[in-house]
Amino acid sequence: MSTDLAPGTQGTPTPGAPTLDSAVAAPSTQALATPEPTLSVQADPSPSGTRNPATARAGALRRLSPGLLLAAVLAALYLLAAVAPGLLATHGASELNLSAALTPPGWAHPFGTDEVGRDLYSRVVYGTRTSLLIGAGAAAVSLSLAVVLGTLAALGPRALAAVVNRVVEVQFAFPTLLLALLLVAITGPSAVAQVFAVAIGTTPGYARMIRGQLLGVRGSGYVEAATLLGHGRGRILLRQVLPNALRPLVAVFALCVGQSIVWASSLAFLGLGVAPPSPEWGALLDAGRAYVVHAPWLTLIPGLVIVVLAVVATTLGRHLQAALDHEEH
Amino acid sequence: MTTVLERDAATTGTAPSPLLQVSHLDVGFRPRGSHAVRPVVQDVSLSLPRGGCLALVGESGSGKSVTARTLVGLTGAGATVSAESLVLGGATPERDLDLASLDAAQWRRVRGGRIGFVLQDALVSLDPLRPVGREIDEVLRLHTELNRTERSHRVRELLASVGVPEPQLRAGQRPDQLSGGLRQRALIASALAGEPELLVADEPTTALDVTVQAQVLELLDQARGRGVGVLLISHDLSVVARLADTVAVMRGGRIVEQGPARSVLEDPQHEYTRALLAAVPSFATRGRRLSLDAGAPEAAEPGASVPDASVHSTALPDAAGSAPAGTAPAAPSASHVAPAQATRTGRGEHAASGKDDTRGDVVLQATSLRKAFRTPGGTHVAVADVSLALRRGRTLGIVGESGSGKSTTARLVLGLTEPDAGEVTLDGEAWAPLPEGRRRGRRRRISVVAQDPLSSFDPRWRVERIIADALPARLPRAERAARVTRLLGQVGLTDAVAHRLPLTLSGGQRQRVAIARALASEPEVIVLDEAVSALDVSVQAQVLDLLARLRDEFGLSYLFISHDLGVIAHLSDDVLVMRRGEVVESGDVRSVLTAPQHPYTQELVRAADVLHTPDRTGRRTA
Repeated sequence: MSTDLAPGTQGTPTPGAPTLDSAVAAPSTQALATPEPTLSVQADPSPSGTRNPATARAGALRRLSPGLLLAAVLAALYLLAAVAPGLLATHGASELNLSAALTPPGWAHPFGTDEVGRDLYSRVVYGTRTSLLIGAGAAAVSLSLAVVLGTLAALGPRALAAVVNRVVEVQFAFPTLLLALLLVAITGPSAVAQVFAVAIGTTPGYARMIRGQLLGVRGSGYVEAATLLGHGRGRILLRQVLPNALRPLVAVFALCVGQSIVWASSLAFLGLGVAPPSPEWGALLDAGRAYVVHAPWLTLIPGLVIVVLAVVATTLGRHLQAALDHEEH
Repeated sequence: MTTVLERDAATTGTAPSPLLQVSHLDVGFRPRGSHAVRPVVQDVSLSLPRGGCLALVGESGSGKSVTARTLVGLTGAGATVSAESLVLGGATPERDLDLASLDAAQWRRVRGGRIGFVLQDALVSLDPLRPVGREIDEVLRLHTELNRTERSHRVRELLASVGVPEPQLRAGQRPDQLSGGLRQRALIASALAGEPELLVADEPTTALDVTVQAQVLELLDQARGRGVGVLLISHDLSVVARLADTVAVMRGGRIVEQGPARSVLEDPQHEYTRALLAAVPSFATRGRRLSLDAGAPEAAEPGASVPDASVHSTALPDAAGSAPAGTAPAAPSASHVAPAQATRTGRGEHAASGKDDTRGDVVLQATSLRKAFRTPGGTHVAVADVSLALRRGRTLGIVGESGSGKSTTARLVLGLTEPDAGEVTLDGEAWAPLPEGRRRGRRRRISVVAQDPLSSFDPRWRVERIIADALPARLPRAERAARVTRLLGQVGLTDAVAHRLPLTLSGGQRQRVAIARALASEPEVIVLDEAVSALDVSVQAQVLDLLARLRDEFGLSYLFISHDLGVIAHLSDDVLVMRRGEVVESGDVRSVLTAPQHPYTQELVRAADVLHTPDRTGRRTA
């Protein structure tokens, strides 16, 4: 990601930065017309001549919108917070300072402090790892289950496929949160329970999608062509059906992570997630609930952090999907 | 109706201004986010008299459709139109209309009123949720003063006038309930409803079967007889020959030749027009190459503005008439049959019919095939009783209209669909019905080339891998690469194509890749299901030439399926005429085409006019 971004970042101030223009100008194709090439580019044609092999790059660079750039920077921040929270945090995660309790956001405490004077910003930073792990874990479990169920439903023996289809449909009939609540109610609240609860709640939708993909690919012309070449069923399954049907999942995973974090936080907010002293975002929301009138930032800010992450993940997922589609068409 | 009569009077009157006068029309498109305008139509000048028919002929990307859309004000956003004059002439000079100056609201009054527009596919251009009668009624409501009852009367009248049976019933039906021919008629009726002076018809018969096509052309001719000027857009020269009195040939956005239909089609002056005419396959072109110069037309393809287009076209082996370097004496492992036959020179003959019939043993035989499908309305018998025998080194053509069962026959022969009754044998051994496991080992003996090659390629794979996938398993890496290169050479592609994704190839290149893959398994039989139907005429000519060359070079047998009798007549030795799942006539292509016995074959031969090249037909008068 970062290497792609490098040329763009230099020219961030104006959209349609000079670097982009020269990259687009490089191929002499008429179709890629230049949006007002800057003077420097016209005056010095030599770099465009030497950069001809990078024609394919130009398309990718051209699609680099400011929105995508912002999403990428934010995603990097979230990742940094998860990997090395110490670099970003200003205080310890449970560093008490009763004299500064319930301070509104300001210079000393950008996100304010909670009822025992813990710095909310640092708690959010320290909570990132748990929240992301729960989100990514739930997404991974959810999609893995979905792949299994979807494949059985699409390609399994007829009787089994019918059973799986009914199971998925019944699962589908329950609202996601209800299903998750049910599961946590049975197992008791914990991070692991949260992961599985969210995963099982979101699986049916993905299973249906995967089943549709597989059926589509199985009926495609190229699978028929492979049959006509005399390839066996197993080989066609591994070489054509699975790779083509599961390819879109790469992008779906990014979308799923964002969604899962929202679900996991909702569970935590309802007191069915990681226990309160933990700075997990859902737990922060839950803890802030008691002070929602006097210290609204305690719920607002963790909420916003979750929303921003969901938006970032969705944006990246969308772009990834578009890039994959573009490669396909 | 009185207006029509008046208009007739005007046409017969003294030197009226032309109905349509276009001079120096330029149309360009500005891609989004760019300031450079890409010219699509350049310096086009046309003139169409009342009751005349002007045909714009050209291949896809030639700008003919854009020209037509400009005349109905539908170029869309981002288009820039400029012309010295763009005038729809009225009966009197005051009614002259400068089309270039119209705004959107004015266009709405003109479209459907003074100018009617007929598109290629009625299924797409008619509202799927609206009965066709209502579609026509709307035109009447917008462009005439008729009241409700008069309109419904007129709708029936219009439908009847375009030859729709039971107009009362049909007016209440939605487009999907009508056959292709009826849909197109309904669309023409709606275009004629506003009693236009000019009818712009963009490929009005392309999606139709030949017999229906003839009827639709008749209809347009009748409209012309009533004084309507027809601007016909078509890539099909035989359609043009029947209807047009003036022909303008377009290429790359410009008119390269324009003149009276007879002289353009019979004595073309421009090299491109000549190539276009020579590329039309028919009975008369048997054993001849269709493409004049292999290089030029392929390079002119719109999709061919790719880096290696020039390399590719110069490497086309057909131009020199000799095999490309890659094909030559062939590595020891190349077990292809009889490359020695390929010792032809110059613009070689394919010897489709001339050769003796000693290469005659039956490779593929089907006996009494039957296949029915269950449909919501009962069972549909797709193939009722089909028997066929394909002999080695020969081409068996199957011709028929859509729904005649020819593609189902192909699937039965390929073993993709199991027959309800009957059997298929390959080299005398049972082939179908048979469990797939017992067929798999012999699959490589039959290859297939489909109409849409793109959908038969794995979208993730590059050309190289697509072809290598059809090679025998467990070849050393170097040998695989060498074979891919050789196969690409055999179909007239260079190695540069090997690393491309099929999506980035032009239609002709894709079909060549499909043919290379079909050759890779060294088959005895290739089933070609509408393999050239989606191609422009000059690209089709190249692919047909390629197929003929490969057949003779490798002693291949083709089962060649097409709706186009001209293509069948050009390439096949034997022919099978199918209709409604049954074989109505079969035999040697010469005897079937010159002395058709079955009335349906007779109609087909007449409609397709395959015995003559289009330049000799002239225009039929109504």
